Amino acid sequence: MTDTVLSVRNLQVEFASRRGTLRAIDGVSFDIAKGEVLGVVGESGAGKSVTGLAVIGLIDPPGRIAGGEIHLSGLRIDNLPPDEMRRVRGKRIGMIFQDPLTSLNPLYRVGDQIVETIRTHLNLSETAARRRAIDLLAEVGIPAPDKRIDGYPHEFSGGMRQRVVIALAICAEPELIIADEPTTALDVSVQAQIISLIKRLGRDHGTAVMLVTHDMGVIAETSDRVAVMYAGRVAEIGPVQDVVKNPLHPYAKGLMGAIPTLAGEDKRLVQIPGSMPRLSAIPRGCSFNPRCALAFDRCRVDRPEPLRQGAQSVACHLYDKAPAESAA
Amino acid sequence: MLAFTLRRAVQAIGVMFAVGIIAFSMFRFAGDPVNQIVSIDTPAAEREAVRKSLGLDDPVPVQFVRYFADAAQFKFGVSYQFRQPVSALLMERMPATLELAICATVFAMVLGILMGVYSALKRDTVLAKLFQAVSLIGISLPTFLIGILLIYLFAVTLGWLPSFGRGEVVRLGWWTTGLLTLSGLKALIMPSITLGLFQMTLIMRLVRAEMLEVLRTDYIRFARARGLTTRAVHFGHALKNTLIPVITVAGLQFGSVIAFSIITETVFQWPGMGLLFVQAVQNVDIPIMAAYLLMVSLIFVTINLVVDILYTVVDPRLRATVGRAA
Repeated sequence: MTDTVLSVRNLQVEFASRRGTLRAIDGVSFDIAKGEVLGVVGESGAGKSVTGLAVIGLIDPPGRIAGGEIHLSGLRIDNLPPDEMRRVRGKRIGMIFQDPLTSLNPLYRVGDQIVETIRTHLNLSETAARRRAIDLLAEVGIPAPDKRIDGYPHEFSGGMRQRVVIALAICAEPELIIADEPTTALDVSVQAQIISLIKRLGRDHGTAVMLVTHDMGVIAETSDRVAVMYAGRVAEIGPVQDVVKNPLHPYAKGLMGAIPTLAGEDKRLVQIPGSMPRLSAIPRGCSFNPRCALAFDRCRVDRPEPLRQGAQSVACHLYDKAPAESAA
Repeated sequence: MLAFTLRRAVQAIGVMFAVGIIAFSMFRFAGDPVNQIVSIDTPAAEREAVRKSLGLDDPVPVQFVRYFADAAQFKFGVSYQFRQPVSALLMERMPATLELAICATVFAMVLGILMGVYSALKRDTVLAKLFQAVSLIGISLPTFLIGILLIYLFAVTLGWLPSFGRGEVVRLGWWTTGLLTLSGLKALIMPSITLGLFQMTLIMRLVRAEMLEVLRTDYIRFARARGLTTRAVHFGHALKNTLIPVITVAGLQFGSVIAFSIITETVFQWPGMGLLFVQAVQNVDIPIMAAYLLMVSLIFVTINLVVDILYTVVDPRLRATVGRAA
C-alpha cells in the first residue's frame, strides 16, 4: 500500500506479574491507510485497548512491548527514546479516551488545556494558539466557542466534553487518531453525533482512524475495515461489509450472529458458548478452539496464521486448503 | 461567592460565641479566684474588697455580658498572678508564638511537599524509601521527645545551637522579631523543627498518597497522550490537583501548630503564649487561660474561614456549586 499511515507488524505486549509473564497481545498485525477508519472489535480483555496504547507508547510498567514493530508513515516508533515518542504523541497521533468526564483536568479551563497542547507541539504565540483553539472548538461543533473556551470542564455536558477531547486530539493535525471506545460513556443519541464527527474529521483531514470499540453498530456505521480480536490475536480482518455480511472465522461468525435484529421477535439472544480464556491460561493451538464447534485436531496443536481469503484475512485452519487436500 | 463568605463568617461568629460561654464558665467553676490572689491570713473584709474590685459579686448574667463585651475589644481582665492586663501579656508574647508557628509551618510545607512529590514520582529509589521511613519516625515520636533529643544533640553535645530562649530580638513597633538577628535565627531552628516535624511528615505522606492517586487518573493519562512534557504533566497538572486536600490539612494544622506549641515552648523555654498558658495553669490564673482559649479558637476559626475561601479559588467546581447554592 502506498499511503499506509500506521503499520503494525507482529506486535507482542507482555505484562510481568507475580505468576509469570502474561502475553496480552500476541502477534498482532494490521495496516491503516490515509483517511481510512479501522474498527477494532472484540470482547473485554481481547487486547483492543492495549493495542491502541502500545501504538501511542503509553503501556505503563509492568507492561512492555516485547516484540514486533510499529511504523508511523515509515518511521519506526515502537523503539523511540521517551522524549521523541512524547513529541509523536499529540502531534502525529491523537488519542481519544473512553470517558470524557474524566479525561479533562477539572482545575483548568478547557481553552488553557487546548492552548497548552497546541503550544507544546506547534510554534505558535499565545494569541495565535487561542485563535486556533476557538477554531477547533467550532470545528468539533461546540456552539459559541469564543465564550465556551473560558469554561471549565464541569460546565460542559458529557457529549460536549467528548467534543473538547476530540478537539484536543486533533489540535496538531495528527496523521492518526486512536479512539478508544469514544462513545461507550455517552448516551445513544450523543453517540451518533460523536461517531459522525470522528468520521467527518477523518475524511476532511485525511486522518487515519483506529476505532476501538465493542459496539458492532458503531463499527458498521463508521469503519472502512474491521479487525476482530480474540485473546490478544487478530482472528479476522477485512472490509467492513465483507466481515459483517460474510464473516469467515467461527468467532467472527458467532459475534455477528449475536447481534440482535429488530425483526427477530421473541427469540433468545444468540451467544457464543463459554468465555474468553484468561491470559494465564490461553490454550495451545488456536486460542478459540475450546469454544469452537468446528474445531478439529490441528486446532488444538497448531497456531493458525493469517490466511488471505479475497479481501479478508482470517486466522483459521478451516481455510487452510493445503493439508485438507493432502489428506484427501 | 460573597453570600458564601458571609454565611461562613456568620457561622464563625456563632462558634466564637459558644467558645466565649465556655471561657466565661471557667471563671465560675474553676474554684474561687479570690483565694488565688489573697494569702491565707487575709481578713474576710479584705477578701470582699478584692471580690468587689474584680466585679465578682455581680449577678452572673451581668458578669457574662461584661466579660463578652470586653473580650470583643480584646480586654480579658487582669491576670491574678502578674497583676497586669491579660491582653498586654498576650500581645507581648504573641509575636514569639506566631513567628515560631509560621517558621514551623513553612518548614513543614516546603519540605513536606518536596519530599512528598519526590517520593511519589521516584517511588522505587532509595531516597524515597528513606523518606518514608523517616516520616514514620516523625509521625510516631512525641514532640517533646524530639525536642529533647535535638537539644541533647545540637545544644549539649555539639554546642551549635542554643538550648532555650529566643536569642536577641529586635523591636518593630509592638512586634518583636528574632528573624533579624543571628542568635534569634539560631534559636528559632530547633523549636521550628520540633514543632513542624509532625506536620511535615503528615504533609509528605499526604502529598505522596494524593500524587500517586492523581497520577492514575484519566486526565493525567490523557495529558500524556497529548504529548505534554513530563514536567508539565507532573507539576502543571498533577501537583495542582494534589494540593487541594493539602491546603485543607495544612490550614487546619496551622491552627494546631499554634495550639500545640505549648509543648515545644515548654521544652525550649520559648517566651510565647504557650509558655504563658502553662504557667497560668500551674497558678490557676483563669483570665489568662480563658483569654488563651478565646485567642486560639479565634485563630482556628479564622484559618478555617480562609481555607474555605482558598478552596474555591483553587477548585473551579466548588465555585459553581457555591454559586448555585447561594
